[in-house]
Amino acid sequence: MTKSFTEITPALKRRHAAEARFQWIGRVAIVIAIGFLITMVVSIAVIGAGALRQSHIALDVFLDPAEINAEEIKNADFGGVIKAALRTKFSDVTKRRDKRKLYGLVSSEAAYTLRDMVLRNPSLIGTTPKIWFIASDDIDIFFKSHNASGGGEETHRISSKEVAWINEFKKAGDIETRFNSRFFLSGDSREPELAGILSALAGSAFSLAVCFALSFPVGIMAAIYLEEFAPKNRWSDLIEVNINNLAAVPSIVFGLLGLAVLLNTFGLPRSSPLVGGIVLALMTLPTIIIASRAALRAVPPSIREAALGLGASQIQATFHHVAPLALPGMLTGAIVGMARALGETAPLLMIGMVAFIVDVPKSIVAPATALPVQIFLWADSPERAFLEKTCAAIIVLLTFLVVMNLAAVLLRRKFERRF
Amino acid sequence: MDDAHTGPIDFTRRLRSRVPEYLIILALVACSLVAVMVTVGIVFSLVFESIRFFTIVPVTDFLFGLEWSPQTAIRDDQVGAAGSFGAVPLITGTLLISAIAMAVATPLGLASAVYLAEYADKRTRDTIKPILEILAGIPTVVYGFFAALMIAPYIRLTGTSLGLEVASESALAAGLAMGVMIVPLVSSLSDDAINAVPQSLRDASLGLGATRAETVRRVVLPAATPGISGSLLLAASAAIGETMIVVMAAGLAANLTGNPLDAVTTITAQIVALLTGDQEFDSAKTLSAFALGLLLFFVTLLLNVAALKIVKHYREQYD
Repeated sequence: MTKSFTEITPALKRRHAAEARFQWIGRVAIVIAIGFLITMVVSIAVIGAGALRQSHIALDVFLDPAEINAEEIKNADFGGVIKAALRTKFSDVTKRRDKRKLYGLVSSEAAYTLRDMVLRNPSLIGTTPKIWFIASDDIDIFFKSHNASGGGEETHRISSKEVAWINEFKKAGDIETRFNSRFFLSGDSREPELAGILSALAGSAFSLAVCFALSFPVGIMAAIYLEEFAPKNRWSDLIEVNINNLAAVPSIVFGLLGLAVLLNTFGLPRSSPLVGGIVLALMTLPTIIIASRAALRAVPPSIREAALGLGASQIQATFHHVAPLALPGMLTGAIVGMARALGETAPLLMIGMVAFIVDVPKSIVAPATALPVQIFLWADSPERAFLEKTCAAIIVLLTFLVVMNLAAVLLRRKFERRF
Repeated sequence: MDDAHTGPIDFTRRLRSRVPEYLIILALVACSLVAVMVTVGIVFSLVFESIRFFTIVPVTDFLFGLEWSPQTAIRDDQVGAAGSFGAVPLITGTLLISAIAMAVATPLGLASAVYLAEYADKRTRDTIKPILEILAGIPTVVYGFFAALMIAPYIRLTGTSLGLEVASESALAAGLAMGVMIVPLVSSLSDDAINAVPQSLRDASLGLGATRAETVRRVVLPAATPGISGSLLLAASAAIGETMIVVMAAGLAANLTGNPLDAVTTITAQIVALLTGDQEFDSAKTLSAFALGLLLFFVTLLLNVAALKIVKHYREQYD
């Protein structure tokens, strides 16, 4: 049975249309996936950028000698002094409720700022200097969105009275946004305007240091054994299958292991970077072993044979010649593993690294939290102002990940050798 | 010290002073056994705590119970003091969210893998592949945040405008974010499987007049099926074990439902809820987390072993 040309042509057209459709499906799938990535990162970055600036309010504060005793500066009621300054500026505010709102313009940190200032320079007592204070979170958010759009975001969080006050400050040039160095230099706080990521960063750094110190040596030694020395038998197969499976075990299970064994059996300190680092090390170990084995495999047998031929023992051939050549590849694998460990959250929740940490941890046994856990905690906070903090912390985390992965790529490129 | 100038006496002394080689080998063996010990540690700690849990709550109640409301009694005579530990709502919740994730990741991952392997030129491939891999490198807490604060409100808004009842923490939001997260898992392993199909099969099909799309659908994909199903199993295992996205976006309400617009909870989310904060280690509430962990470990292990077996077996086939 033969078909004529005129019969085939429409069918051919249909088939070619199907071909084009098929290609487009692939393109659309890629665009959707990458589009999601871009939407996510950009929308988080846009919100997070807000946290880089913080509103400050200037007040003429009369440092009343009657309130501040030069001998006992520490015990003086600086909060009261600031309240008095606000009352003087807006003398028409009389109702109790309005007064409370007025006092809420500046952050609760203001009293400490003022105290430190007077402690440093007691001669200020009796004068009326103009002092810049950190604005409270709601005011900060309103003022920043007001500055950006001109109109400002009218929410239930801020009343028309407060808007009027802010406008008065604005007219006098007494409210402005500055670079928010506090975000990078302080620990967590219940007050969004005071919260920073330094303690979480330090916790992450300590955990990663412990993680690297444990997983890198153990990982490369295991890889060297499996690749260079292990006999091909059932035991080696078992270890290999085991490592591959361990790489796919859900991270939270490692957290359960840490809780049951490290905390409850060995009694290591809860919430500490030490335990966090050990758990992360167990998680990264398979990644490092797999990458290190690939690096060892890439070293040509001729290197090994030359060393052995010149009288080196197996150990010497491996440690003096093969391993050094594979080291860049091993390091690359380790960095990629560290990057993954840096973003890991779930196992750290299990071992109690979710505490509210204000102070920067000083050692690997001090209670600490980690950057991704801090993001989790802030994301859960009801205060609206924590939203931009969360986004900013995410951007910091992603920046670290990008830097680490770039370092891995550069390392690979620099030391890549073709034999 | 220059090796060329050392005499025979120096040489033997150096040999003796060195660490014996068998010690080095021993250290190497010990290091490679760490990985095995970790697995053993996981199994033992999970099994041990689970056994303690099952002395309080019978295994059948745990596996087949339809109600999950773990609580510790403040007083012994309190109503409902025992709590109920039926894991079925958690299992269905986990399956629902993973199914949504797979429904997103399978078409996206497969279509992009086919495009990259069969159509894209080398330059496109070399740019697009690393970008897709970024999706797997972004910490899950970021996906969780995005799902809870941006996807969920959007779904809710769309749903309500269509007259649907949408929970603020819907399974759909968590599933969507999770689906995108596992796209690279599906795409890169499927890509490997597609590339492993010998060119001769494609040439034969094209030579007989099939278009490229027909070749892919009728020849390449069937030949790559084992590898692709391995990648799907691994992706499913990752979805089931994923924690932060569901903790942040799916909530803790243990509803027995198949409606993606409802709030559900998962095994992992419950483990986190049970074990964060202060715990007393003897309560059924705390111990139940380990029973859930054991269930999770067992299921994901099964999927992983199956996936690795399939992938490995398939790789050997064309070699």
